[in-house]
Amino acid sequence: MTGATFDTATLYGLCGAALVGIGLFGLVLDPKPIRKILAFNLVGAGVFLVFGVIARRGAAAGFGGDPVPQALVITGIVVAFSATALAVTLVQRLSSAATDAGQPGQAASVPPKGETGTPGQGDAAS
Amino acid sequence: MTTPLALPFPADTTPGGFLLVLAILVPIIGILLIWTLGSRRTELVALTTLAIGAAIALAILTELTGTGSAVIYLVGGWRPPLGLALRADGLSVVLIVLTAIVIGAVGIFAKGQFGYDPDAPEKRAPTVFWTLLLGISGALNLIFLGDDLFNLFVAIELVTFTAVPLVCLDGKAETMRAALRYLLFALLGSVMYLLGVALIYSGYGTLDIALLKSVARVEPLLFIAIALMTVGLLAKTALFPLHIWLPAAHAGAPAAASAVLSALVVKGSFFIILRLWFDILPAEATGLGAQMLAGLGALAILFGSVIAICQARLKLLIAYSTVAQIGYLFLMFPLATGSEATPAFASIAWTGGILQLASHAFAKAAMFLAAGLVYDAFGHDRISGLAGAGRVIPITFIAFGLGGMSLMGLPPSGGFSAKWLMLNASVGEGQWWWAAVILCGGLLAAGYVFRVLVPAMARPLARIKVKGPVSRRRELVALALAIMALLIGFVPLEPAPLLGIGRGAEAGLLVPGGLAP
Repeated sequence: MTGATFDTATLYGLCGAALVGIGLFGLVLDPKPIRKILAFNLVGAGVFLVFGVIARRGAAAGFGGDPVPQALVITGIVVAFSATALAVTLVQRLSSAATDAGQPGQAASVPPKGETGTPGQGDAAS
Repeated sequence: MTTPLALPFPADTTPGGFLLVLAILVPIIGILLIWTLGSRRTELVALTTLAIGAAIALAILTELTGTGSAVIYLVGGWRPPLGLALRADGLSVVLIVLTAIVIGAVGIFAKGQFGYDPDAPEKRAPTVFWTLLLGISGALNLIFLGDDLFNLFVAIELVTFTAVPLVCLDGKAETMRAALRYLLFALLGSVMYLLGVALIYSGYGTLDIALLKSVARVEPLLFIAIALMTVGLLAKTALFPLHIWLPAAHAGAPAAASAVLSALVVKGSFFIILRLWFDILPAEATGLGAQMLAGLGALAILFGSVIAICQARLKLLIAYSTVAQIGYLFLMFPLATGSEATPAFASIAWTGGILQLASHAFAKAAMFLAAGLVYDAFGHDRISGLAGAGRVIPITFIAFGLGGMSLMGLPPSGGFSAKWLMLNASVGEGQWWWAAVILCGGLLAAGYVFRVLVPAMARPLARIKVKGPVSRRRELVALALAIMALLIGFVPLEPAPLLGIGRGAEAGLLVPGGLAP
């Protein structure tokens, strides 16, 4: 732990905390799914920044930063990215299903969600 | 960073450690085979993989009971804090075997339902279902075996990513809405958890649970980190009041998927909460927090049961019952108190809680599968339209009833033993108010189970309209799971020795005078 000096790491830490706060606010209070997803990414960015600060503070043995939190951040970013991709795909499918359901006869032929994320195309049978 | 300490790890992987790697890798190999071999062989590959997974789970159990100590695998031969460890103790192995049995049963149930159909317009559904089922089994095993908090984060995200698409497998707008809501709650949970991980690393320079146990101090940093992680995991476990995503998600999924989600997926995040509270937090620091968790659990029991009684649809009733039954698990926290002579995991509340977890998993899987069969038979699951249904598909309703018996806590059943142990613990600990909640919860559970069973078994006024036949194999799978929920009620009503294996007893931590520093 460094002392009470107001150094760069502290500044970044405060930025991270602010991002987490703004993101949480949006995630809890904003009713629109897309904005919720963006808010989740803001919280994520804040947390990653906190990881960066921790890496900086753990600097020792000639390294500019502790490599472990940096490695964790990379994995965390990948996970957050896949989460965002999944959520956006869901929103996309949801909106296309909602437009289909506007017509009579129900959206029966909407194919189940696939892992590829490509919109269901080319059902020869229908 | 940290002072040299007596490492709770052996110099090398224990014999049988490779089994832990197999438990995680085999489902993933299965997924790759499914993708490469094409949809014609999907089912065969998936069911074979599940069978191998069950054999591995049993092998780990034998290894553990044979040696009487934890099975450990050091990835790459590196010991924590530098490397990662996989670790199976008595608790993890119970959950791994439970997962293998329930997912195996669900696999047999789903055979044919998501089978290869050359005439179907959508050929992707079977591949997706079996991929996700195998994915969940591998990810859950990783949760049960992981010993590193960040590793557990990745595992819990894998569980989320495999569980969310299962919810909206039918592609209808309402299930996709439920899936999205589930995903958003889960994402909120995961960032909170990750923030807690960051704080713990900044304070202690390690994320290994076994190492943290020896260095964790009672200080604000630890409290804030554990609080963040716990709240995040509560959102995924769906403890009241963070349960609002659960009913729509669990009731909207296909029956086979609902069974896995309700029986196992919510238990994965609960397992991590257990480890945080009992394996990292020093015992003297849990008092108020444990009471708060149990208070939320009590509210979940009462609220969930009352709402379940009011439901018009069978699957929603079962889903709200899950909300209530999750509440019981959280009564463990104030009741399973350790003392210097007996650690928490040697208390009857600990055994009772794990028994509740297992019996609920079997009972709830059986009930969701039964609800799926009801839907197959009558084309709907409105409770008001099920008068006399039990005479058409008796085995299904027997499975539902036996599962319900365990939820109510009627003897002999796993639910009875679990609730009995918890009742005893709450009286023994002088916390009688939890006993009152447990008894009320049992009565309310009887309310919602009998609300379905009584009309279903009665002689109907008019003949009930049957839509289609019900597969006998599926009925028997549901019945087998319900019978499992009864059978585990025959364990001795005392602290189970299996749950103590590898939890410090053999590592010399249980020296007289308390835990070694």
